[in-house]
Amino acid sequence: MSEILNVNNLTMRFDKKTVFKDLNFKLEEGSMTALLGPNGTGKTTLINILMKMFPPTAGSFKFAADVRLGYVPQFRNLDAEYPLSIAAFTGLNAPLIKSKKVKDIINKQLKETNLYDIRNTRMGEASGGQKQRAYLAQALLDNPNVIILDEATASLDPMAKEELMQLIEHLNEKHNITVLFVTHDVPLATKYMQNYLYLNHQQIAQGRMADFKEEYE
Amino acid sequence: MFAYDFMRNAFLASTFIAITCGTVGVYVVARNFSFLAHTLSEIGFAGAAFAVWLGIGSLWGMLLFTLLGSISVGELSLHSEQKESSISAISALFTGLGVLFLAISGVNSNYATNILFGSIIGVDKQGVVQLVLLSVIVLLMIFSIQKALNFDSFDHIGALAHGVKSGWVSLIFLIALAMSVSIGAQIVGSLLVFILLTLPPATANYLGKTIGAMIAWSIFFALIGVWLGLYLGFLTNLPVTFFIAVIEVAIYLITYFTHVIKRSL
Ligand SMILES: Nc1ncnc2c1ncn2[C@@H]1O[C@H](COP(=O)(O)OP(=O)(O)OP(=O)(O)O)[C@@H](O)[C@H]1O
Ligand SMILES: [Mg+2]
Repeated sequence: MSEILNVNNLTMRFDKKTVFKDLNFKLEEGSMTALLGPNGTGKTTLINILMKMFPPTAGSFKFAADVRLGYVPQFRNLDAEYPLSIAAFTGLNAPLIKSKKVKDIINKQLKETNLYDIRNTRMGEASGGQKQRAYLAQALLDNPNVIILDEATASLDPMAKEELMQLIEHLNEKHNITVLFVTHDVPLATKYMQNYLYLNHQQIAQGRMADFKEEYE
Repeated sequence: MFAYDFMRNAFLASTFIAITCGTVGVYVVARNFSFLAHTLSEIGFAGAAFAVWLGIGSLWGMLLFTLLGSISVGELSLHSEQKESSISAISALFTGLGVLFLAISGVNSNYATNILFGSIIGVDKQGVVQLVLLSVIVLLMIFSIQKALNFDSFDHIGALAHGVKSGWVSLIFLIALAMSVSIGAQIVGSLLVFILLTLPPATANYLGKTIGAMIAWSIFFALIGVWLGLYLGFLTNLPVTFFIAVIEVAIYLITYFTHVIKRSL
């Protein structure tokens, strides 16, 4: 297995507040990693830096040359009146006037994420689990080989959680997509992820999920 | 009715304006910019009054003011914590300026009425050409950024996560919006131009589930409003703007209540 991400002495400060300092870790191609840590320890910040949404204060990171990133952010603000259908929402990541080929790709991702039968439901009327799968389908449109999900299961009921996790597991097994999954749900992470990254007190620890026992404090 | 030159001009110009405002409006509603369209109407009024004072065409004064206004208000609303109050302050200032310009240029009140409430029947051939040209430019601007604009307007967070250059999209859209306000004001007047930019797309929100469908519905309702409004204005000699406002509000309310009833069933 080859290395897909290498993070080197990564440091982030906002004004005077140091979020984390000198982080070092690696991700293997095809791995499933849970990013754990208490609220406000910088998980989303770390991911935003990896997504190049803003630069780190110091340090560097490097993805493998052939990497294609997919990212499902932590918060979306779609209200109950949000008009677009699940299919149209997924297709936002494509031109308005869609060729047959683009339509086929969208339909393929809708089937993959189990949304094809309800593709004409409005996003505003979709359940939390359906919405999360639509966010994932939208990110999958770029055909990523690394996918980063930020607390995708946070507001889901147990059934919807399992459904989403099985989908992620399927993507990993069938398409060899590397997964980085931010969560507070340790049992869920233990069930589905192989490795963990634990961010706390400005530091990061890495290990096998089965050995994870750090306490939230 | 089409035997009259002025009616032919009015129909042609308002058709293009309806298409433009209907299209741009979909993004106004998606981006929660209804308040901005409203403020720009008032800024446009001041611009038209300024043009009168200078002795140039009101369209040009409006374009100048709305362009400056939309960029500054747009930026303000993106960055300011006190969005609502700062925008109220700006619209108060501009309405005041409009009144001042009108007073010091000493035009008759008829002219002021035209600026405020529209005067499409009075549009001449040259005016039509200008309006059509500006409409086409706005539509081309929207079309040229459509992919990023769609993503950013309907899923801002997703677009950011995807590296869409949201700052550019926002700037180009604000320019297109300012131009739409200026040309839309030529039919319904600066006081009510926000009607064309918000009601047809708000109605379309209940009917379309794709951006294409929403734009089509929005243009359709904008066209019904201006065409029927012109026709009824011609028949009755009452103001066209009055009819457009009533028609758009009626369509919106009917759709809204149908939606509410359907939902509660
Ligand atoms: N743009 C910013 N400017 C200043 N401080 C920020 C900014 N973004 C985040 N922070 C701070 O950085 C810290 C880390 O925030 P972050 O959102 O990354 O935490 P998190 O681990 O994702 O938390 P949660 O589990 O609640 O999602 C917080 O203290 C937050 O207040
Ligand atoms: Mg977070």
